Amino acid sequence: MMHRFLLLSLVLLNSVVFAAGPDPAMLAKEQVLHRGNGAEVQTLDPHRSEGVPSANILRDLYEGLTLEAPDGRIVPGTASSWEISEDGRRYTFHIRPEARWSNGDPVTAHDFVYGLRRSVAPETGSKYSQILAPILNAEAVIGGRKPLDTLGVEALDNHTLQITLKAPTPYFLGLLTHSSAYPVHRTSVEKHGDRFSRPGKLVSNGAYRLQEWVIQSHVELVRNPYYWDDADTRIDIVYYYPIEDQSTELKRYRAGEIDITEAIPLQQFRWIRRNLAGELKVSPYLGTYYYGYNLTRPPFRNNPKLRRALSLAINREILVEKITGMGEKPLYSWVPEGIAGYQPARLDYADWPQKKRIAEARRLYAEAGYSRANPLTVEIRYNTSENHKKVAIAIAAMWKQALGVKVRLVNEEWKVFLENRKRKQVTQVFRAGWIGDYNAPYTFMEILKSNHGLNDSAYANPEYDALLADAAVETDAEKRFALLKQAEAIALRDHPVIPLYGYVSKHLVKPWVGNFTPNILDHHYTKNLYILKH
Amino acid sequence: MLGYTLKRLLGAIPTLLILLTLAFFMMRLAPGGPFDTEKSLPPEIQANLDRKYHLDEPLLQQYGRYLWDLLHGDFGPSFQYKDYSVNELIATGFPVSMRLGVAAILIALVIGVTLGTLAALRQNRATDYTVMTLAMTGISIPNFVLAPILILVFAVHLGWLPAGGWNDGQWRNLLLPIVGLALPQIAYIARLMRGSMIEVLHSNAIRTARAKGLPERVVILRHALKPALLPVISFLGPATAAVITGSVVIEQIFGIPGLGRYFVQGALNRDYTLVMGVVVFYGTLIILFNFIVDLLYAALDPRVRYR
Repeated sequence: MMHRFLLLSLVLLNSVVFAAGPDPAMLAKEQVLHRGNGAEVQTLDPHRSEGVPSANILRDLYEGLTLEAPDGRIVPGTASSWEISEDGRRYTFHIRPEARWSNGDPVTAHDFVYGLRRSVAPETGSKYSQILAPILNAEAVIGGRKPLDTLGVEALDNHTLQITLKAPTPYFLGLLTHSSAYPVHRTSVEKHGDRFSRPGKLVSNGAYRLQEWVIQSHVELVRNPYYWDDADTRIDIVYYYPIEDQSTELKRYRAGEIDITEAIPLQQFRWIRRNLAGELKVSPYLGTYYYGYNLTRPPFRNNPKLRRALSLAINREILVEKITGMGEKPLYSWVPEGIAGYQPARLDYADWPQKKRIAEARRLYAEAGYSRANPLTVEIRYNTSENHKKVAIAIAAMWKQALGVKVRLVNEEWKVFLENRKRKQVTQVFRAGWIGDYNAPYTFMEILKSNHGLNDSAYANPEYDALLADAAVETDAEKRFALLKQAEAIALRDHPVIPLYGYVSKHLVKPWVGNFTPNILDHHYTKNLYILKH
Repeated sequence: MLGYTLKRLLGAIPTLLILLTLAFFMMRLAPGGPFDTEKSLPPEIQANLDRKYHLDEPLLQQYGRYLWDLLHGDFGPSFQYKDYSVNELIATGFPVSMRLGVAAILIALVIGVTLGTLAALRQNRATDYTVMTLAMTGISIPNFVLAPILILVFAVHLGWLPAGGWNDGQWRNLLLPIVGLALPQIAYIARLMRGSMIEVLHSNAIRTARAKGLPERVVILRHALKPALLPVISFLGPATAAVITGSVVIEQIFGIPGLGRYFVQGALNRDYTLVMGVVVFYGTLIILFNFIVDLLYAALDPRVRYR
């Protein structure tokens, strides 16, 4: 218990140091930030939202019990401190007495109870309520099998909130930064119903409040003067622009209309690296790009040798250097690197030279019954995109060159592709990718669980499932990670998927935007940024 | 005239109904649903969502429900933009698209007619060749190529105009998108106008007018222009449709909050109600516009009126 407090005070101290911020003399007089934001936000209701664009804005508008520091560490948010019970299942949060909603009302523990209950209530229709599954009875409430008040959340008094979990969940504090765990202002939700998230009605508890929202044009946020840490906030107004087209976004960035882009057009990456190198921010992102095998159909059903052979024959280094070329990391593990404290398991041939890999691939390919005279014919299916096409062509060429495999490329529109992947009737090898929901290995590990919604390979290994179940109830972080790593090694041995590379996040950031810090989840709170004189 | 108007109006109803039915079932036939994402939803959550949006009902019942709501002027809630109803989205998007579209058509008309007339008057001379070459280029460059070029030149390199955005509809933000929308139409109209003007100039009526010794200006403006405009007027129907479909691209490129953009995003996201709303709305608009063009035509050409 003691060391937890020590850690916490260290964390607090750290955030104070961070908050000391920039030299006021260096700051521009006008603290206005313009951010590209991909697509139009679907909603500003934190409990019904999904997708990166709305998450970006909600992070400025609302604040959960915990927060992410610029580098991604979890720090206190609306809760100034907390205690965790010995068994790791009960969290007691102390809400800052000075925390206020944007209309001046105090933020209380009751607001969090209301918010968390609303988030899991079936009639809310949340897509992401699953994030709160670790909370006691959350899953039963979502499924309508238990009443709302059985949810393991309780306000002990106005400033003390107790959350009881189903099982110890070491990454629980990180989950609380997700919009599903944000509080909402009860009186305005009850008064305005589904429309509470409109400008003029939305009451928020974060560093900013909603000023204007012209759909498909921009969202304007202004500083919330009641925010508890307003003194350390620099930017007064932030504009978010929905710009789906990456080339358009780049043009608007070059024309000086946007300070931070949400993405970068792949085709112009070389040009950008030559001409805007100083403004280009590329950093590892918590995502994997992989190919899945459909294990329910031939040729991959019960054919681990063939699966391993094809994986061996892919030269991931060439893939990231010559094909994608934006600084991606070749991936030999299932969980990408960069999760604090977790060292992923690796494919056993990760350190082999390419020659040895090819020789082994040929041997396995022959053992699986194929040869130059009797080659494998296989299909790679991907969702329509220049980037995916380039990767697929390269892999087809590698397979052909090393083994003589004949590859057919099929591309489909996104939703059609997803449906085919899920139905598992026509797919053989399919393209996939996953961005972690939170900074813990489990967000990747669970995908290969036998009944998981993203397990389009239909991988089912009871051993793997059992290890994950053991890890879920293990309170000791080290032992837990060991169990997960063991499971990861099993999945890598079985080859239900081919990990290809780890994603990178890419932005263009004007030189006058201060404190833009890369982090693995690619979350950038506006309150941590500032505009330098320019 | 009244009978003709009524007949045309009543004829529009089955057209609209067919359009609506086709769109409804085509949307539903497309694989994938509005809530599908990479990670399948737990069945309970999927059920909660389906119930909320009545997607758990049989398809015919959904269709009936949609028609019933539509009769009451309700396009339903948007699946994607959860904070807004489709009615609200159309109400905010349409004025924007209309401003662009009307401006583009007017500009295209004025410039196209002028250029076409000039070319016809100087037939087979340098002016004619220049106008026609420009028109040919204008027709053959699609606006998804034209728009980025305009942005690169006028916004990125010269810095005269913004590269995109709406900015409450200031003229600086409107200029490039309007040009992008109008240029291909200018080209079409100029070609049409040139052709019909040449034809009219060779007609007996004009020969008579000239024989009477009327000044050339009067011959052109009073006697030739009106009949020469007829094909252009009838082209206004398709031109409106072209501007509407063009705005889908232009709005996307310039980041303009118009209706066209909803159409693209709605279709990709299987936002059934939004796509249906835009289809029905634009369908009605195009039918209505063609109808107005017909009336205009009748007003200009007595032969149509008495048929």
